[in-house]
Amino acid sequence: MTKIMAPRDMHGKVLEELGEENDKIFVLSGDLAAATKVVYFGRKFPDRFLNVGIAEQNMIGIAAGLARVGFIPIVSTFACFAPGRTYDQIRQVIAYSNANVKIMSTHPGLAIGMDGAIHQSLDDIDLMRELPNLVVLAPSDEISTKKAIIKAIEHNGPVYVRIGRKECPTHFSEDKEFEIGKGYTLKGGNDITFMAHGSMVDIMYKAAVEMEKMGVSVRVIEMPSIKPIDKELILKAATETKGIVTGEDHFLYGGLYSAVCEVVSSKIPCIVKGVAVNDTFGESGKPDELYKKYGLTKENVIEKAKEILNI
Amino acid sequence: MKKGDNMNKNELNKLKEIANTVRRDCIKIQKIINSGHLGGSLSAVEIMAYLYFYKMNIDNKEPLKKDRDVFVLSKGHASLGYYSVLARRGFFPVEELKTYRQINSRLQGHTEIDSVPGVECSTGSLGQGLSFGLGLALGYKKKNINNKVYVLLGDGEMQEGQIWEALLLQGRLQLDNLIPIIDNNRLQLDDYCENVVGDWKMKEKLKAFKFNVIEVDGNDFNDIDKGFNALKPDKANIIISNTVKGKGISFMENKIEWHSKKMNDEEYKLALQELDNQGGEKDD
Repeated sequence: MTKIMAPRDMHGKVLEELGEENDKIFVLSGDLAAATKVVYFGRKFPDRFLNVGIAEQNMIGIAAGLARVGFIPIVSTFACFAPGRTYDQIRQVIAYSNANVKIMSTHPGLAIGMDGAIHQSLDDIDLMRELPNLVVLAPSDEISTKKAIIKAIEHNGPVYVRIGRKECPTHFSEDKEFEIGKGYTLKGGNDITFMAHGSMVDIMYKAAVEMEKMGVSVRVIEMPSIKPIDKELILKAATETKGIVTGEDHFLYGGLYSAVCEVVSSKIPCIVKGVAVNDTFGESGKPDELYKKYGLTKENVIEKAKEILNI
Repeated sequence: MKKGDNMNKNELNKLKEIANTVRRDCIKIQKIINSGHLGGSLSAVEIMAYLYFYKMNIDNKEPLKKDRDVFVLSKGHASLGYYSVLARRGFFPVEELKTYRQINSRLQGHTEIDSVPGVECSTGSLGQGLSFGLGLALGYKKKNINNKVYVLLGDGEMQEGQIWEALLLQGRLQLDNLIPIIDNNRLQLDDYCENVVGDWKMKEKLKAFKFNVIEVDGNDFNDIDKGFNALKPDKANIIISNTVKGKGISFMENKIEWHSKKMNDEEYKLALQELDNQGGEKDD
């Protein structure tokens, strides 16, 4: 088996590749190029790279200005800073202005681990998906990350891309087309639906495999496009299975769980349970330990499924 | 664009008339809609009139022409005066000014990018315009387009931290196509700036940030012109434009409350009378 690449590494690699064929790409770093991996781009295209310093708000404004002149600016920083520190800037000069800027946020969620609660962006999807004009993507593995970044750059308008820090086993196949607004059925099933983005895709997939052994037929959907969201696929799951369990390394409120509830409640009400961080801040620790403590586990997913199925 | 010219009398008179017309627009529109910021619009009239009617390479028939100079109104609440300047310069019908801040209007309370030809940045949340201008200036340099980006900041706005992030970076980049102008009217919404931040030594700070600092009387066209002629090539320049908040209307000048206060009928009449004595178009 080939070595799996961390999404952030793929982010660095794909930008370096795209920079070759697309001279409009201009990468901005908030002094985190080594961590976000845009350092590769910076070395190869120093003329279209700028470390703006530890100044994220300024970086967002510069990106909007560069977009106005015809560049496709890539803002790269940690998810806790964009959007956490730059929400007002994103709202005014990116979303309201419909600027063709791509915000690549790495190191999201509890998965950043030992840096602790202040660095754990558990609210970024919530903040970004409420803004008009903005597309919000949260791919899982190296393949969906690569495809999501390519689509984000092709898309004419602002896009927020949430990019994982750690290696994630691949579920998104190379020959599958990535489309903004589409969810992907990784596994068919008729009893219950598991739906996830980012690092929770693999965990939910493993939970589904385990439930199959118990005789439960589980549908697994990867939902990398949080906004626009694949309403059709969600409503289909709500009709064809007895309920939906969502999974995400994010607060329960405002993320995928909320988005799915909004869709089903307006058309085909069904039980939706969310595996996410439930109204509490995280803390320092190894990612695996944190996932366990805060319930982002296979066991919790199965527990929630059992509650829905009454077994 | 005119470089190094000294303004002749005709040009000066024309600009003075425009400034007066813009002031009349501000007074009339604010009275009609009973909303909008007079104080900070009136202080910045001369600078905007100078840029749009004398300095900038722009074409109202082709607002997005490639090598145009760009103006960014970072102090977005001064949109009242800004829209008037744009309308008088022919970017959209003067008649439309009456729709300002009204529902279904293109003229939003704080400016929105491309809402009308000529508006090139969304502003209103203070502190963001300089970063945007820096991005524009950097982009134009990279594209070898020889133009200028003018960013009008408020002195109160300088309290926003993002401004200093942008100043720090411009100190390093030294882009000579970026010209920040501070409308130094010394008042903000609640109080005199000095009461809010103390004697904060703006000029010294900007010099420490590696700027070529030029100081002008921002309500005097000749002095403004002198200042613009003193911009240095290959340098980070900045203009401190010393102005009077509420300029042109005696009872508004230097008064905190006229940041966004509404006029009663008597004040309205008096304001127009004062402007009548200062020239400009009088087509009510």
